[in-house]
Amino acid sequence: MDPKVFDVEDADVAWCPGCGNFSILKTLKETLSEMEISPQELVMVSGIGQAGKLPHYIKSNVFNGLHGRSLPVSTAIKAVNPELIVINVSGDGCTYGEGGNHFIHNIRRNPDITNIVHNNMVYGLTKGQASPTSQRDYSTPLQIEGVTLEPFNPLAIAIALKASFVARAFSGDIKETKEILKKAIKHKGYALIDIFQPCVTFNKVNTYQWFKNNTYYLDESHDPSNREEAFKRAIETKKYPLGIFYKNSDNETFEESLSSYKTDKSPLFKRELRVDKLNKLIESMK
Amino acid sequence: MSNNSSGNDISIVLCGEAGQGIQTVETIIVKALKNSGYNVFSTKEYMSRVRGGENSTEIRVSSKRVISYVNRIDILLALSEGAVPHLENRITSKTLIIGDETHLKSLSKDKYNLIGVKFLEMAKEMGGAIFSNVIAAGAIACILDVPKTVFESCINDIFTRKGEKIVKKDKTAGLKGYEIGKELVDSGRIKVEIEKDSKVLDELILDGTVAVGLGCIAGGCKFMASYPMTPSTPLQVFMAAHSEEFEMVFEQSEDEIAAINMALGGFYAGARSMVATSGSGFALMEEAVGLSGMIETPVVIYIGQRPGPAVGLPTRTSQEDLNLALYSGPGEFPRIIFAPGNFEDAYKLSQKAFNLADHYQTPVFILSDQYFADVFYNQPEFDMGIKVEDHIVKTNSEYKRYEITDNGISPRGIPGFGEGLVVVDSDEHDQMGHLTENLDTRIKMVDKRLRKLKEIEMETVPPKLLGNSEYETLVIGWGSTYGPIKEALSNLEDDKISFLYFKQLYPLHHSTEQFLNKAEKTIIFENNAQGQFSDLIKLKTGFEIEKKVLKYNGMPFSVEEIENNLKAFTEG
Repeated sequence: MDPKVFDVEDADVAWCPGCGNFSILKTLKETLSEMEISPQELVMVSGIGQAGKLPHYIKSNVFNGLHGRSLPVSTAIKAVNPELIVINVSGDGCTYGEGGNHFIHNIRRNPDITNIVHNNMVYGLTKGQASPTSQRDYSTPLQIEGVTLEPFNPLAIAIALKASFVARAFSGDIKETKEILKKAIKHKGYALIDIFQPCVTFNKVNTYQWFKNNTYYLDESHDPSNREEAFKRAIETKKYPLGIFYKNSDNETFEESLSSYKTDKSPLFKRELRVDKLNKLIESMK
Repeated sequence: MSNNSSGNDISIVLCGEAGQGIQTVETIIVKALKNSGYNVFSTKEYMSRVRGGENSTEIRVSSKRVISYVNRIDILLALSEGAVPHLENRITSKTLIIGDETHLKSLSKDKYNLIGVKFLEMAKEMGGAIFSNVIAAGAIACILDVPKTVFESCINDIFTRKGEKIVKKDKTAGLKGYEIGKELVDSGRIKVEIEKDSKVLDELILDGTVAVGLGCIAGGCKFMASYPMTPSTPLQVFMAAHSEEFEMVFEQSEDEIAAINMALGGFYAGARSMVATSGSGFALMEEAVGLSGMIETPVVIYIGQRPGPAVGLPTRTSQEDLNLALYSGPGEFPRIIFAPGNFEDAYKLSQKAFNLADHYQTPVFILSDQYFADVFYNQPEFDMGIKVEDHIVKTNSEYKRYEITDNGISPRGIPGFGEGLVVVDSDEHDQMGHLTENLDTRIKMVDKRLRKLKEIEMETVPPKLLGNSEYETLVIGWGSTYGPIKEALSNLEDDKISFLYFKQLYPLHHSTEQFLNKAEKTIIFENNAQGQFSDLIKLKTGFEIEKKVLKYNGMPFSVEEIENNLKAFTEG
């Protein structure tokens, strides 16, 4: 399939030239086309932020909702129509800050969705304040003396909660990112892909070169089924590992756990009200 | 009975501590009475605690239909020492107090009409103090001439899930209660004669929560996400309990914010969706009410009102969140607010809420409250009436989610159904759904969304006039005050007083002004401190209601209270 299928005509792209978002968009389009996923069966869900605008630039069904609230939306879309492919995309502020509670509980819920998080360690849309993943001492107009909070570690948290798929990628490496994305989309269950990306306008510390110098790929000796090992790798900060940290298919997905799909796999919009059962229920109240 | 002034209508109150099983007894008795052919009503008031405190349940048994709370207590079953002090201001010299001897011993025989029974001793012999409730239930059942077979089958219904042993013990306890009841009747201390009506046998017995719940199911609800909060939790429990049967998804979300965003995701993908919450929980949902308005993705919101602000009185009742619902969410967009006051309206309006939400693609509120959610009474079967309307369109490749139309309603497609793509955006957007900062498009979109309000106004449920159309005094009420106002008016037998009952609060029906202008005197009853609905009426019609009777101590209006206020108002 030609990745152009996913191009949106006359899209007025709001990103800065050189933004890491462009390569993520390109990678995603190529991934989807190589996986032969059609725009009609795809729902892109996002919150607010520069990353949250990505669904507008990719031809698909789109739910661009509120800041931090995309994961509950994605979960529900998948729950009422498991035939849809749901990709949730937003930034580090939206997913880990405003939406932190949903991030935690949706990992526990384990819907079969893919959660792409653009992690540039800074707030872009609101012009350069600290994000939950900003590193200590990183100074901004609001964190004048530098960030004093411990950076949020999404991978370690996800692994602690036995997330079913946990990975980190770097936007500068389209080839590897595509491979990780394919595995994440194919994976049954909640899949987190935290993607390091430079913010060329506001983050002058964690630049393209910084990410290149401070990351390395997990090699074949890493066993993604080993949770303890995965956790160890997730808390490394000297150099940040990239790749698939952890995978587990022990838990059923949220949709699989729902009684509505025990015998009938069809989406809920195709189901009629069972008037006979309603009458019986009302009758039981006599 | 010797000390019942109302003849064909008796009010029995059970009072004890939380954890004593008062609610279980209520369920047994109410069902047993209804299945014996009595009109029956019950309401409970309770404290926000799992054990201890004083909780009471009022059970009215009547020869005519009763659907409201009265202040009067004819028989008090005092199951704890604190029961009589707790209900002190409702007890009169006519109230017959039946209780365990140990609980009554400190009370003056001159002041109170007391009957001591060895409930606790008997209960302990049967295996524990907890059985004293079922003994009391048996005594009431006997006094009211409930056939033993009916009583026993109700015990079966309630306790079967706890196992045969428990059922047997509870039956024995119940029969012990019958013996006590018989002794009391034989001694001549209690005599109750209330006419039965065989028609009641075919009626339903349910509470206000279940009436809404059945309406939601009948409205085609397929998805519900919520976070537990009194007094909306019972609706969540009801929907969860029936989710498999009706192929619904119920999810307890991590918070209210997740709940409503899930519901929007659910509706977006084709499943009629709802949330249930109370004031503070709804406050957390507000942002997403605006999202619903903006992306024109429907949602049905059930608010069980309780006194606020903040945590307020968690287990008490109020009508304080009309303004919250009416003004929730940033920006301007249409919404619909229902406030049913009886079970039939609760069923029908809840059902209608889903059709309207789906059609107008906007939030629809069902305002209830603790009092209404928790009252039980017998109800004739609902007219199944309305059908689940299908408003979803199959999209083609040219599909535009926000197509500008004359009535403002853009055909709503869902992802995965047709060739088109469904794009929704919380930013201002163009007809395709993509975000825009074009200010001309902005105006077109605001106008489009607000044109739906004009359509909604044409479909507003009118207020219902009860009583003579040639009235002098007009009583106004909304939602749960319906029952007590209706009964008070029927007791007053004054054909110059009529009652205008609002079940849709917003948009306000255009006939409102005419009804008000026709009256010489107007009076409104509201369970809030500021007269929120009378303010809304004034805002929309310019009409100032003369007298506002506002109650905000957390208790519902009693029939007597309304009668007294009306007498003072019409005579004054």
